[in-house]
Amino acid sequence: MFRTASLIATFLFITLAAMPSVAASTVDVKVGYVQWTPDSGPVLSNVLPEPADAGLRGAELAMADNSTTGKFIGHRYELTPYVADSEQAAILAFENLQQEGVQLFVVSAPATTLAAIMDKATADTLVFNAGAADDALRTRECHNNLLHTIPSYAMLTDALSQWLQLRRWNEVFLITGPTEADVAWADAFRRSAKRFGVKIIEDRPWTFDADLRRTASKELPLFTQAKDYDAVVVADVRGDFGEYVPFNTWLPRPVVGTQGMSPVAWHRVVESWGAAQLQSRFNDLAGRDMNSADYAAWAAVRSIGTAVTQIGSADPRSVRQLVFSDRFQLAAFKGRKLTYRLWNGQLRQPIPLVHPRGLVATAPFEGFIHPLTEMDTLGFDEPESTCRING
Amino acid sequence: MKLLLRKTAFAALIGLSAPAMASVAYVSNEKDNTLSVIDTETMEVIETINVGARPRGILLSKDFTKLYICASDDDTVQVLDLATRKIIDTLPSGEDPEQFALHPNNKHLYIANEDDAIVTVVDVTTKVVLAQIEVGIEPEGMAVSPDGKWAVNTSETTSMLHWINTKTFKIEKNIVVGQRPRHVEFSKDSKVAWASAEIGGTVHIIDVEKLEQIHEMSFKVPGVNQDRVQPVGIELTSNGKYAFVALGPSNHVAVVDAKTYEVLDYLLVGSRVWQLDLNKDETQLYTTNGVSGDVSVIDLEDMKVIKSIKVGRYPWGVVIDPNS
Repeated sequence: MFRTASLIATFLFITLAAMPSVAASTVDVKVGYVQWTPDSGPVLSNVLPEPADAGLRGAELAMADNSTTGKFIGHRYELTPYVADSEQAAILAFENLQQEGVQLFVVSAPATTLAAIMDKATADTLVFNAGAADDALRTRECHNNLLHTIPSYAMLTDALSQWLQLRRWNEVFLITGPTEADVAWADAFRRSAKRFGVKIIEDRPWTFDADLRRTASKELPLFTQAKDYDAVVVADVRGDFGEYVPFNTWLPRPVVGTQGMSPVAWHRVVESWGAAQLQSRFNDLAGRDMNSADYAAWAAVRSIGTAVTQIGSADPRSVRQLVFSDRFQLAAFKGRKLTYRLWNGQLRQPIPLVHPRGLVATAPFEGFIHPLTEMDTLGFDEPESTCRING
Repeated sequence: MKLLLRKTAFAALIGLSAPAMASVAYVSNEKDNTLSVIDTETMEVIETINVGARPRGILLSKDFTKLYICASDDDTVQVLDLATRKIIDTLPSGEDPEQFALHPNNKHLYIANEDDAIVTVVDVTTKVVLAQIEVGIEPEGMAVSPDGKWAVNTSETTSMLHWINTKTFKIEKNIVVGQRPRHVEFSKDSKVAWASAEIGGTVHIIDVEKLEQIHEMSFKVPGVNQDRVQPVGIELTSNGKYAFVALGPSNHVAVVDAKTYEVLDYLLVGSRVWQLDLNKDETQLYTTNGVSGDVSVIDLEDMKVIKSIKVGRYPWGVVIDPNS
């Protein structure tokens, strides 16, 4: 009698298995990816160019990750990528995809392009910003249906300033490049320096236009002459002159910022917490190392996948609701679960501090305390932001 | 004085010359490419064995004559003869083997191939690959029920438990659990399985008969940020009384009442505690602490950590040979 019962039980399992989509009915998940990377102009340090498909490859990898999960529960993922050659083309591509019924987007573009795209977005479109680090998008120019997976400049510079404070390198020499991004990065750093008690003893704009490959050793020591400082902080987002600052400073001091030791969303040298597996999967797919733009796009598409797996629906309103609920947690190879800030849609995340061949440390650091989560010691906290996208 | 020293040295030599008499624990050191062998009487490392690249999962054959080692970066499973402590063989494993589990028949080895999203089943006697089963992204945890019916694999990025029928090598059920499931442990009677979710911060208890979750546990370690509470390894006592859950970077092991699922205590161990193993009479629990590079020994009578033993860099797995 007992044996018969267990036989029936076994039979039942097999029957269940014959229907792979036990848990949910078929769900089709369409994700649009729009990228527009303006040419940053000629740079002095052009030895190692940035990959043109940065971002796109991260989205592709996350799609593959999502699809593998999806095949066990009947969810189908489809990515429509568009790498634009102008801002107009990017906006048009977004509109076209939206008309074709795509409601979930990942956009890797400058803040101005992103703002133009958001103007065209319907109330049923959810957009993940994987390209623009501008602080204004997190403090003033927020949008109810816009989330950010790329860390803001403030998150990066807070990470750096925490570390400077931790090492007691409290007095720094700041060099700021001429581009809008350089100025934005430097503004973020000035705020962070104040926040964490780092003193900027010299604050000089970079105005030289000589080719530093010939003259770096002559010009930079003179440029960095000052009474004393613990470190030089460089704000050179596009990588123009910054690579020539290390080892050419007047005083024998470390160089940090956009060059030297840098705060980043992601880098090849991050390998803990299973990151080694993500790095090798990415390398198999793209034939190169994963960078911050790739990581941000990956995190965006994985956020969509994680939400869809949980709710069994690709409806953007439901995805948005889940992503902001306490049921959401993104496993993203940074040693802790990642969540989105309710007030401005920014993905909270630890920030690795790296040099080209090694990981130095990962912020936030112990000792920088916060009433809710130490993750919110990085970037604009709720009282500092006017955004209230969840009311 | 000199005489005394000599005597001590002599005694130590005798201790070393009879390894088979002492009970030993084996620890895989992920970043040293070695195994540390610990004498569980003296709680000291008595030997360090060179093995393949990036050793992670380790397990004993059912007759306790061999130790199988996942040499992840060498894409192979190595076989260590316990009598001689020499590598005597390698098995085909598929790429990047991380964890594995041996069927009670002592023949079928289920290996999670982390980079390839498959589970490879190898017959350890013939070295024939019996099956390769497609699972989710980053397969990690592997367990076979003591009654031999089920092999369970956890896929970290897919966040599922894949239930594989050991007769057909087919997946019969997928259960979605918390983010980044790491490890599965069956009760001795095969009736329940415990699965840890590292990023989810949860442990899921599954009724094996129904293949349904019957309980979900979470943990709160006093004074530790909730983000750092990341369950990984699980051990269950055979009397069904306790479960021990390694909580990763919270540096604590949770002592759980296995019947009520109530957390009884949190024990402070080394940094980033990963895997666990009970000794033969279940009076002691060994834990590997990845970041601090040591093994903590917990006395289960008093539920106290009594010793930490320095091993190699990034200790990953630990097994205690009950026959030694």
